[in-house]
Amino acid sequence: MGLNSLMAVPHVDYKNTHREMTTDIKKTDVNLVEAPDGHLGEGFFATSIEKVIGLARANSLWPLPFATSCCGIEFMATMGSNYDLARFGSERMSFSPRQADVLLVAGTIAKKLGPVLKQVYLQMAEPRWVIAIGACASSGGIFDTYSVLQGIDKVIPVDVYVPGCPPRPEQIIDGIMKVQELAKNEPLRRRNSPQYQALLTSYGIQ
Amino acid sequence: MAGITNEFLLERLQQQFGEKIKAAEETFGIVSVVIEPDSILDIVKWLNTDNILKFKFLTDICGSHYPDLTGQELCAVYHVQSMENNVRLRLKAFMPVSKPEIPSLTSLYSSANWMERETYDFYGINFIGHPNLKRILNVEEMDYFPLRKEFPLEDATRTDKEDQYFGR
Repeated sequence: MGLNSLMAVPHVDYKNTHREMTTDIKKTDVNLVEAPDGHLGEGFFATSIEKVIGLARANSLWPLPFATSCCGIEFMATMGSNYDLARFGSERMSFSPRQADVLLVAGTIAKKLGPVLKQVYLQMAEPRWVIAIGACASSGGIFDTYSVLQGIDKVIPVDVYVPGCPPRPEQIIDGIMKVQELAKNEPLRRRNSPQYQALLTSYGIQ
Repeated sequence: MAGITNEFLLERLQQQFGEKIKAAEETFGIVSVVIEPDSILDIVKWLNTDNILKFKFLTDICGSHYPDLTGQELCAVYHVQSMENNVRLRLKAFMPVSKPEIPSLTSLYSSANWMERETYDFYGINFIGHPNLKRILNVEEMDYFPLRKEFPLEDATRTDKEDQYFGR
């Protein structure tokens, strides 16, 4: 996907090339992503590569749903036409961790499932984000018992916690938008920083 | 279907095994008998092969823990059913927590394999003769038997609960 389709590039003259379509385009209420701050001149636009990459990452987050219970049903509603997560550039479910950007853990994770979840996280390529959807994924929820992992942050680092039992689709979308903000503003060097390495090491990940 | 009554079932059991049937009661329309752990295989085999009773189906094996019953803290509970006679039977075998051993039924019922592993997993009852007696549902690293009453049901790694609000 080219950058032009992600950014609202000003000074596009549709009148000469697509006369019939002009009125349609002007009427539409589709919001394009705002161009980042930069210097605009005759035939060029200059900004930092960090902002451009952040923009591209934030608006094409491929989710990997790890759904184990009722929160997964809410996530399915989030993907459906009423709430339509595709509007945020996340229409492409990646059921392979290799191509996924954001891991959505929706539901109770039993202790026996903990290593499986960690394996899936390890298979994801950097940069990767994790959302804990619902009370169970965030803290164990009502399942304060010997067989249930008391929050997925016991085995993998979590970026955004979505509360609720289960959360409404609006809340899940809000969680995705929070990750979009993280992705947009993340320095390119963050994943190579000693702090980030220390975070991974604290989870036993090299 | 004619079926057989609970009274007839109990009478026939006592006729066959006499003193081995230590106690009997009827709860929820099902006869419960208390037996010695050593005699479980003989009794279940006889129930299976008896021409009249025909208890051909092992419904369930589970465990129970009574910390106050000194010397017979752990209990293995067997449910068998006679499909033909439309009657069920519950067998209970009590054993001390210091030596929780009972013969395995896997030689008779293949379905006992899973049930006995599960009972071992949660109560630590050793089924002597089971081909593969190891944990089946819980994580393998678990070093206790979670449904025994001395272990807390709640997880010790929980961090977001204030003890004073949850009675801990």
